[in-house]
Amino acid sequence: MKSAVIVFPGSNCDRDMAVALEKITGQKPLMVWHQDYDFDKVDFIALPGGFSYGDYLRCGAMSARSHVMKEVVKRAEDGVPTFGVCNGFQILTETGLLPGALMRNANLHFVCKDVKMTVENADSMFTNAYKAGEEITIPVAHHDGNYFADDETLDRLEGEGQVAFKYAQDINGAQRRIAGVMNARGNVLGMMPHPERMIESPLGGSDGRKMFESVMNTLG
Amino acid sequence: MKARIFVTLKNGVLDPQGKAIEHALSNMGFEGVDEARQGKFIELELSETDRAKAEANVDEMCRKLLANTVIENYSIELE
Amino acid sequence: MKNGNEIKITPELVKEHGLNEEEYARIKSAMGREPNYTELGIYSVMWSEHCSYKSSRFHLKKLPTKAPWVIQGPGENAGVIDIGDGQAAIFKMESHNHPSYIEPYQGAATGVGGILRDVFTMGARPVANMNALRFGEPSHPKTRHLVAGVVEGIGGYGNCVGVPTVGGETNFDPSYNGNILVNAMTVGLADADKIFYCAAAGVGNPVVYVGSKTGRDGIHGATMASAEFTDDSEEKRPTVQVGDPFTEKLLIEACLELMATDAIIAIQDMGAAGLTSSSVEMASKGGVGFELDLDTVPQRETNMLPYEMMLSESQERMLMVLKPGREDMAKAIFEKWELDFAVIGHITDTGNLTLKFGGEVVGDMPINSLVEDAPEYERPFEYTPKRQAISVKAPADLNKAAMDLIGGPNLCSRRWIWEQYDHMVMGDTIQRPGGDAAVVRVHGTEKALAISTDVTPRYCFADPVEGGRQAVAETWRNITAVGALPLAITNCLNFGNPERKDIMGQFVGCLEGMGEACRALDYPIVSGNVSLYNETNGKGILPTPAIGGVGVMKDSARMATVAFGGAGQTVVLIGETKDELGASLYQREIMGEDAGAPPHVDLTLERRNGDFVRALIENGQVATCHDLSDGGLIAALADMAMAGGVGVNVTVGDDLPVHTHLFSESQARYLVATDADTAEEIRKEAKDAGIPVTVLGETGGERITVNHGALDLDLHALKAAHEGWLPTYMANAS
Repeated sequence: MKSAVIVFPGSNCDRDMAVALEKITGQKPLMVWHQDYDFDKVDFIALPGGFSYGDYLRCGAMSARSHVMKEVVKRAEDGVPTFGVCNGFQILTETGLLPGALMRNANLHFVCKDVKMTVENADSMFTNAYKAGEEITIPVAHHDGNYFADDETLDRLEGEGQVAFKYAQDINGAQRRIAGVMNARGNVLGMMPHPERMIESPLGGSDGRKMFESVMNTLG
Repeated sequence: MKARIFVTLKNGVLDPQGKAIEHALSNMGFEGVDEARQGKFIELELSETDRAKAEANVDEMCRKLLANTVIENYSIELE
Repeated sequence: MKNGNEIKITPELVKEHGLNEEEYARIKSAMGREPNYTELGIYSVMWSEHCSYKSSRFHLKKLPTKAPWVIQGPGENAGVIDIGDGQAAIFKMESHNHPSYIEPYQGAATGVGGILRDVFTMGARPVANMNALRFGEPSHPKTRHLVAGVVEGIGGYGNCVGVPTVGGETNFDPSYNGNILVNAMTVGLADADKIFYCAAAGVGNPVVYVGSKTGRDGIHGATMASAEFTDDSEEKRPTVQVGDPFTEKLLIEACLELMATDAIIAIQDMGAAGLTSSSVEMASKGGVGFELDLDTVPQRETNMLPYEMMLSESQERMLMVLKPGREDMAKAIFEKWELDFAVIGHITDTGNLTLKFGGEVVGDMPINSLVEDAPEYERPFEYTPKRQAISVKAPADLNKAAMDLIGGPNLCSRRWIWEQYDHMVMGDTIQRPGGDAAVVRVHGTEKALAISTDVTPRYCFADPVEGGRQAVAETWRNITAVGALPLAITNCLNFGNPERKDIMGQFVGCLEGMGEACRALDYPIVSGNVSLYNETNGKGILPTPAIGGVGVMKDSARMATVAFGGAGQTVVLIGETKDELGASLYQREIMGEDAGAPPHVDLTLERRNGDFVRALIENGQVATCHDLSDGGLIAALADMAMAGGVGVNVTVGDDLPVHTHLFSESQARYLVATDADTAEEIRKEAKDAGIPVTVLGETGGERITVNHGALDLDLHALKAAHEGWLPTYMANAS
């Protein structure tokens, strides 16, 4: 599986994402600098965590308007599996590829810890290696992970199986404890927790691996 | 020309920062604050002299970048 | 053109610059004339306590700084040690106390920014941040606000830059009510043959400025009163610097990218006293002169005077000397990262710092005199009188005393703090905050670095020599307890007013103790920082020489943690418990006294017991280990039980009262837990080696019990109190 990691000036989980992708897929990902938007064809695009443009104005707002994201949006619309973690999720909502928005955590504090979450849809290209309803542990590290969408959108997301993961307990005020959502077509996933930080036992567990393995299963 | 842009959270969107302000004010003994909402204030210096054009321009900036219309409203003042 | 030098130098102005008459006379004789306004400002910061170490230098020189693995000791931006395989660890700790008290968020944030720059300036990629924080008593009206702001500032900066904040320590004591301590430490990694230093070389070579633009922030507070800047002085000269972690992140990446080429001759960050100290330092180390054209300095504000540019402490800036002809290549890298890049001068052979502005020379000073002529004081001091050893009474209720200590401000869980720090980014944190030492893997290897920050100010106050020893020994012990070999330390020496004999006595005493410990443990000091005058209304803080230790673990798979590994483990105490409750946490918190001699640190025993424990971990005999410190045996047992989610049942001897066994803070002690057979093996090995060893009991159940119920605590209730104190306290913030 040939993957790409998009690197913005303030990305800081780009290396972690690349390490995870290489360990799990066996192939070094292409690191795409935000100004080099005309990058090679890949099977999978990852938007890593970080503070892409300092998170000034709104998290992910500036990156969402960058040249490289125009290209990412185009490829995602063509069906390329696209995955955003943390700041990557914020960017995906800011581009409109994913519905909703991520607001400041309800308690106003940055939160970094392992959280339990449930797999809400185990049929998607990102989650098929998990069992439906499985409880997994993945760390979060964010200040703005409080997922918001209006009730109508939330009903639709839940009805159509677009909610991939939910927190087992409320950690940031997210509506309906949503931790990760997909687009209607199912080829774009955004999530606040960091699966790339949970890929081997010295780091505290390996529940994050199956997310990458799911995509590999799908792409064959 | 100067453009002043106020970005506020839409009604119905929970505003934890506003809530914190409200709570702090009441703890400090300020009474009669029924609600606090926190937003952003952005000031732009524009070279445009035509008011209508400037307004249209800034409106587009707001829609495309300065506000996230999923959760935020904005208003523009020109001077 | 107005350049500030029209301002007349008066005795008042000299005094406002913190220079006494004798010092000013020295400046005049060094220059052979009166300095002008710009020069006065430059001398005043170079000769300040902060830059010149004038009160501390004499004593600092006595500290051990060498070992075969030390690549660079004190005197550079940070210390460098060899960690094998051609790799080096680079680290330093620094204070940002006063700014953090004035504006806790920005003060703490810029403290983190400054220490990061000290480390990546030397060619290292920062891999871990730590901190040592001291706040006033919890009931003081400002404490909550300061805790909230400092924690948010440290997180706000470190999280954005993408360097994990992996641990630290936090204490509360009334002596910090008006003067909190915020000490930040950064550890970085580099190839041992790719270290960058600050010595400039090569007459004619370009001096390059990179990073953020220069504004009027942080200009020396003492000069604010200058009569020329009355009306809008507040508006003109904000003393609080504002940090921009995003720019710092760009600066790290851009500098490391340039460092991968061969363009850099010397590099230095602009920390305290900004452009002044960086250029003087580089020129002085290289034995050359600098000519700077101040019109070319990137400026954020208009009409800045030379004085202001030279003294500004705007953040996220660096100064470099490049090889000739490499400017364009370097510029392209900085432009890629959207940072300012400007050639602002060149190296000269004059030995002077020459400043040009508007086509005129506005300052011309011999570099030697700025550095070497700075005063050095051997201030009079009085040693702290020795306290007698004392016994401390038993508590009215042993259970309550243990519960109050473990669920109180000093021993409660710091989770509320470290959950606000991204402690996992970079994907190598294998021991998270809450253990004895933080452990981060050396990326891509089996090796790991163990890091710990410690000091017990109570002991330093009671007996500075003993306290100095103990601070060093405790980091050594914490690093040992995770299974790593301690290699070197950095320090941040926070004291009160050195012009007072008793305070200077604390300083001298602590340094003596530290020096002894460093020598006995082969654990040299490679970098550090001194922060004096920490006092309010004539009352000094407790002497607080914070120590940051770094060690290496060869095989990170053999790491110990404090968590009991389930029921049925045998718990063994290594080391001897003595009647040492003087200056203990128990005495202060439960009995409300502070008296008697603190525990004695026997450095021979410390080393022997520690080497023994480390070998147990390295051999795979033990994977659960905890050192004993504040709160003694019961605090350690509680930590291990809470982390492992299992109770423990122990028996202590009748040689000492039970409360002494439980709360004594005797040094050089560790608890280990392992299976019964291995425990027996360990007992024999220890006996053979002449090391005191006691099999205390076994893990299991959901209670902590001692001597069949002399103490009996419910683990869940204990954990609720331990985890609950800080969040509850902080939730009451208004």
